[in-house]
Amino acid sequence: MSSARVETRRETARVSTAADALGSWGRQLQRLPLHLVIIIFVAIWIVPTIGLIVNSFRSVGDMNQAGWWTTLFPPHSFTFASYQQVLDTENVVPSIFNSILITVPATVIQLAIATMGAYAFAWMKFPGKDIFFIVIVGLMVVPIQMTLIPVLKIFQLTGLAGTFIAVWLAHSGYGLPFEVFLLRNYLGGLPREIFESAEVDGAGHAVRFLRIAVPMTVPAIASLTIFVFLGVWNDLLVSLTYLGSSPNRPFTVVITQLVTSLGGGWQFLTAAAVLQMSLPLAVFIFLQRYFVRGITSGSVKG
Amino acid sequence: MDRIITAVIAIIGVPLVLLGYIYAGEWVIERLPARVQVWIRPYFWALPAIGFATVFMVYPLLRTVVLSFRNGADTQWIGWDNYVYFFTFPDTLTSLRNSLLWLVFYTLFAVGLGLIIAILLDRVRYEQIAKIAIFLPVPISAVAASIIWKFMFDYQPPGTVQTGTLNALLGSFGAQPVAWLVNSTTNNAALIFVGIWSITGFCMVIISASLKSISTEVLEAARIDGANEFEIIRLIVTPLLWPTITVVGTTMIINALKTFDIVFVLTSGAYDTDVIATQMFRQLANAHYGRAAAVGVVLFVAIVPLLVVNIRRFQQQEEQR
Repeated sequence: MSSARVETRRETARVSTAADALGSWGRQLQRLPLHLVIIIFVAIWIVPTIGLIVNSFRSVGDMNQAGWWTTLFPPHSFTFASYQQVLDTENVVPSIFNSILITVPATVIQLAIATMGAYAFAWMKFPGKDIFFIVIVGLMVVPIQMTLIPVLKIFQLTGLAGTFIAVWLAHSGYGLPFEVFLLRNYLGGLPREIFESAEVDGAGHAVRFLRIAVPMTVPAIASLTIFVFLGVWNDLLVSLTYLGSSPNRPFTVVITQLVTSLGGGWQFLTAAAVLQMSLPLAVFIFLQRYFVRGITSGSVKG
Repeated sequence: MDRIITAVIAIIGVPLVLLGYIYAGEWVIERLPARVQVWIRPYFWALPAIGFATVFMVYPLLRTVVLSFRNGADTQWIGWDNYVYFFTFPDTLTSLRNSLLWLVFYTLFAVGLGLIIAILLDRVRYEQIAKIAIFLPVPISAVAASIIWKFMFDYQPPGTVQTGTLNALLGSFGAQPVAWLVNSTTNNAALIFVGIWSITGFCMVIISASLKSISTEVLEAARIDGANEFEIIRLIVTPLLWPTITVVGTTMIINALKTFDIVFVLTSGAYDTDVIATQMFRQLANAHYGRAAAVGVVLFVAIVPLLVVNIRRFQQQEEQR
């Protein structure tokens, strides 16, 4: 009797594990559409970029004869011809240097000024502070287009049009509202006691800013640096407007001008696009954590 | 060479100048009477930022409004003529229509797909790697993205080899190739899709972060009560994500209205694909400053409601601080 019960118990145990196995298979099967949908999304988002990269290593003749996917099967015929052609094209190499010479100073200038301004808004009281800050919050969404003509005229009057200084200043002006906003929120979240005890110890604002505020804000400044840097590196409109056809124009402007002027025979620009996006992609891949943190903390940016 | 020197001077010089400004300014301020100190110090610290914002944003904004009522050479008041031009000329009306298309479809799909993908990826083990794939286009510039998609949309006459990915795909189903960027029934959709492709990862990351903050207990309780996954998403997850969705949505609306790069690189506004921003740039390049300014003002007016929403949200956040 008791052994029979044990037997049935064993039986049910075996059955239940079998049902479990079947269930988990069933569940996996049920989840198949989920996986399929995700795979389709991932493919749509990743295939175009892969196509560009593959094409950039093919000859223009091959690009015109068959799609990029054909090269994935032997015989592969990869070549650096497009890269050679891009680098030999007039203005391209200087424009890559221009991009660096525009991006680095523009980033440094605006972050330095923004951090200082944010400190005032976070830790000082002054009449009109709230109104100033609300204006800054409002300016975050003002389209750059609203400012192009008068700023261009200022640059023409001062002889700055077509110079690096013009785009450094313009980028800084456009970037500041968002940066002041973000850094002020971060700085304002630092513990009040630290600043108060420093004040009691006789530290002036210069010391409190440089020795306490700035070092403690490094995480926020780091994320912001990545974004500002890439924003300026990828910018087209600001440089197109203030540099136009000047020899100081950056890589994005030169690529755009080649695309629109070439009509046919633009295929070798695949290599230019790969060169242009390699820096942002490298930054994203190696600094992913800062990147995502920056986006989620500053999701208001327009 | 001398340009490199200028850049190095700027990189080292600007922080040094700011340090000098801080130390010299504080040295002076600390020697002033205490009451003056309290009054003057904050303005001293905020001055560079406020100065930049004034010169590059506030003044130009007001000046653009003024310019929009002046003729091209800025010598004469011409009343509403620039606006009349904008709202009656067929080309500018097309750009207005296209910007509305961008506004609706770009925003809807970027936020919608971001939400859907975030929810789907939350349910699988390979979430992180799939997220990287979806996010990959975000750091890519619009210029490079445009070249990527120029290849996707590439069109050859029927009967010849299709080297564009989409037309080859169509061909494999036996369909005729489509001139995506020329055909006026597909080109706006094609351009808007490039925009969506570039930004969905951004929406997904923000929505996903907020999704992770929903407590699993709430979801478990709903499951025990017999709710199915679709009910959970519709009745619990989406309402809890709503504040995030509106923030992302307003950002996308602003992006949509400001769209410039993709259209400028892929079609330059040809074949009825112009948007407000490219229209404005063309007027500016042709030195029609008054008309360009009027286009800018129209763009700004469209954004004002969002500006108000942003300020309201900011004030609410301030009260909670």
